[in-house]
Amino acid sequence: MMYFKNGFRDDLAIVGMGCTKFGERWDTGLEDLIIEAAFESLADAGIGPQDVEVCYFANTSAPNNCSGTPVSDALKMHGIPITRNENWCAAGHIALINACLAVKSGMCDVAMAIGAEKLKDSGGGGMGIGRGLNPVRETRRNAPSSFALIAEAYFKKYGLTYEQGKTMLSKIGVKNHFNGSLSPKAHFHNVLTLEQVMNAPLIASPLGLYDCCGTSDGAACAIITRADIAKNFNDDPIYIKGFGCSTDMITPHYRPRDFDWTSFESLRNCAKMAYEMAGITNPREELDLAEVHDCFSVTEVCIYEDFGFCDRGTAYQNIEEGFFERTGSLPVNVDGGLKCFGHPVGASGIRMTYEIYKQLQYKVDNPDRQIKNVHRGLSQTFGGPPQIAACIILGNEKG
Amino acid sequence: MKKGIKSLGAYLPYNYLSRSALNKAWGGGGGKGEKSIADVDEDSVTMAVEAAMSCFRLIPREEINALYFASTSGPYAEKSHSALISVACDLQDEAVFTADFAASTKAGTNAMKAALDAAVANPGEHILVAAADMRNGFPKSAQESGFGDGAAAVVIGTGDDLLAEVEYFTSVSEEINDYWRNAGEKYTRHAEGRFCDEEGYLSEVRMVIHKLLKETDMKMENFRRVVLVAQNAKLQSKIVKKYGITPEQMVDTLLLSAGDTGAAQGLLGLVNALEHTKAGEKILLVDYGNGANAMVLTVTKHISKLAGKEQIQHYLDTRAELDSYARFLSWREIASAEPGGAFKLPASTAQTWREQNINLRLHGSTCKKCGASLYPISRVCDACGSLDEYEEVRMSDHICKLYTYSVDKYAGRSDAPLIIQAVAEDPTGCRIYSVMTNFKLDETQVGMDVEFTFRKMHELGNFPNYFWKLRPLRRERD
Repeated sequence: MMYFKNGFRDDLAIVGMGCTKFGERWDTGLEDLIIEAAFESLADAGIGPQDVEVCYFANTSAPNNCSGTPVSDALKMHGIPITRNENWCAAGHIALINACLAVKSGMCDVAMAIGAEKLKDSGGGGMGIGRGLNPVRETRRNAPSSFALIAEAYFKKYGLTYEQGKTMLSKIGVKNHFNGSLSPKAHFHNVLTLEQVMNAPLIASPLGLYDCCGTSDGAACAIITRADIAKNFNDDPIYIKGFGCSTDMITPHYRPRDFDWTSFESLRNCAKMAYEMAGITNPREELDLAEVHDCFSVTEVCIYEDFGFCDRGTAYQNIEEGFFERTGSLPVNVDGGLKCFGHPVGASGIRMTYEIYKQLQYKVDNPDRQIKNVHRGLSQTFGGPPQIAACIILGNEKG
Repeated sequence: MKKGIKSLGAYLPYNYLSRSALNKAWGGGGGKGEKSIADVDEDSVTMAVEAAMSCFRLIPREEINALYFASTSGPYAEKSHSALISVACDLQDEAVFTADFAASTKAGTNAMKAALDAAVANPGEHILVAAADMRNGFPKSAQESGFGDGAAAVVIGTGDDLLAEVEYFTSVSEEINDYWRNAGEKYTRHAEGRFCDEEGYLSEVRMVIHKLLKETDMKMENFRRVVLVAQNAKLQSKIVKKYGITPEQMVDTLLLSAGDTGAAQGLLGLVNALEHTKAGEKILLVDYGNGANAMVLTVTKHISKLAGKEQIQHYLDTRAELDSYARFLSWREIASAEPGGAFKLPASTAQTWREQNINLRLHGSTCKKCGASLYPISRVCDACGSLDEYEEVRMSDHICKLYTYSVDKYAGRSDAPLIIQAVAEDPTGCRIYSVMTNFKLDETQVGMDVEFTFRKMHELGNFPNYFWKLRPLRRERD
């Protein structure tokens, strides 16, 4: 399979991005979140809402059939195509990909991708119980235990004791919480010790409290245009190198065979597609940083391996060696990830991309957390498991 | 024509409360034995399915022609339970007559009587009679302590391969409000104790025994075993004393270890008798509930088929004590705990009906082209991509290996919060995703054997929704 036979890499650029403070924003509505993220991105691009020609809205929890109207209502951006996608945790990336396709196709020059989610209006602490289309087979299924099923299978396959496995997972929590402590826009800023993470109350074994991300409110927005006109908008456009997306089954019911719960086809194929478009053959060496879907610590482990950040079964050693720490060779989730931002579903993919964008511009909100010598970064989300994965690769130089 | 019992099964739930704990909860003391308690995901229908499935050890489900369900506590006031049980047992809709027997605590033996008559009228046919009950007494009442939950089933038929021949049946009817539950009420009510005992149970049971002995010209000592249904041990002992029934003759109807299991007590006692008997022995079964039924059975040589298949003691040995009376009150919606998070999925009557082979029969599919087995039924094969080239396969009998799991502390109801999300691999290599029930946390591990058990999932859509959960092996198999 060859994507874009006439080329794709560096044809498009992000010229503006915005991201709200994430957290329990009790006094802020969905429209306020949209305004906060959109106007930051519009100001960054030096344009106004009237300059946007098409908009893709990522949102999963607004009432059904609202379509793109929360965006047109909030920004008074009516009269243009605004459509909503609800592709679970990957919705933000899907909006970004749709915006890329709109500009790449020649349909228009200025496309907006915006993700916004108001989880704290749902009246509950978690994401609720029940998944899929069948109310009986899917009952009692929720996010923590769905992902937790990966853990026992992974421990067994790679011969980790429960203690070793738990330590591996906990170190991800420690890393991401330290990173989050430096991020002004994160929901949580608490630095945690390994003991605190290891001994935290269990949510769904072996995942404890700090293995799980929080539920937060937030929004993030991107303005995408043609690379050849990008500098008309701002001086440091960030180029789009490639993107990937792969859909699996809605529930594990439909993966009864050839699926061992330690690796996901949607992750593997999403990575493959993006690497091919970006011309990346050795992601471990060629990526300078990554924002990945750490909804649960064990998910981050799978992504390391399915995205080729390390060899299969070696996440444990790589974590021990600090490979993914902010001082390591491939820093992952340097803003604190979903662990510290929480996971307002539709917003997360664009929030992660915002972090890569700002890092590549050397313009992060706290200079203490700027990663040095960054050229290429990846952001990635994973809904499920094993439903859908999507990612985008950005660079601050052409080529 | 010889008619009688061709197969049998019993079921006692995993949970019990000791009566001393129950009394202590109300500031009292004493109390002997245990009260058997249906789990929060069980009801009379699911318990009946458990007992009925055990009947297929001796009579294959394909040879069942009718299913009768007997209970005073089925989840529906209007709608057949027997049709639902029949589907869960994977009987064929077009081949099975289903009927429900309700209201009286002797509904179990009432259904047996109807089945015996049907068997004689339709020689060669098999009628599966499943009885189950889970009644409520008022909190702190003797009934609350005395009632227990359980189920039993028998297959009735004619022919020369009976385990036990039913040689005689007789009954008396009596209009009396001794124990009753008005429509829509939760608790069994009762009249003044001595009135209940004297004009109800003792009078009716004496009458039916007298009638039976006279009509058959038999004496009590002719019976090797006596199954005497009673509301409590004290009443039972009065009959024992009057007829000089010896301790060796008396069959345990589980009053002490499980409680008065209502419509199931007579069948549970009968199963318990047949599990410990020999060819040639005669059994007297006496059941009570607005009148009384009595029958004489003679055990045949075919009883040897049951050797090593005893279920009741096994079920008693594999129980666990419920940790709190409060939890029992909440499960029974007597003092409901704080509701958990709302389910996000609506239930549809049309979808439930349409997908009954997948959800209620637990049918998967085997690809006719490549042989891959899949659950749920998959029109497009996940292995070879063929379209509509499959055969449906029943998976509810399969023993699986636990492939991976997670103990989820928040997915359950607030009064039963622990849920084990589980993936199990069946012998054909098909991995099935469900949740576990009746597990011991410290014994749960990847690779352990698990079986399917029919359970109530929730009542979304204002009707009970059933599916199959996984549990450590408990059902006795062939």
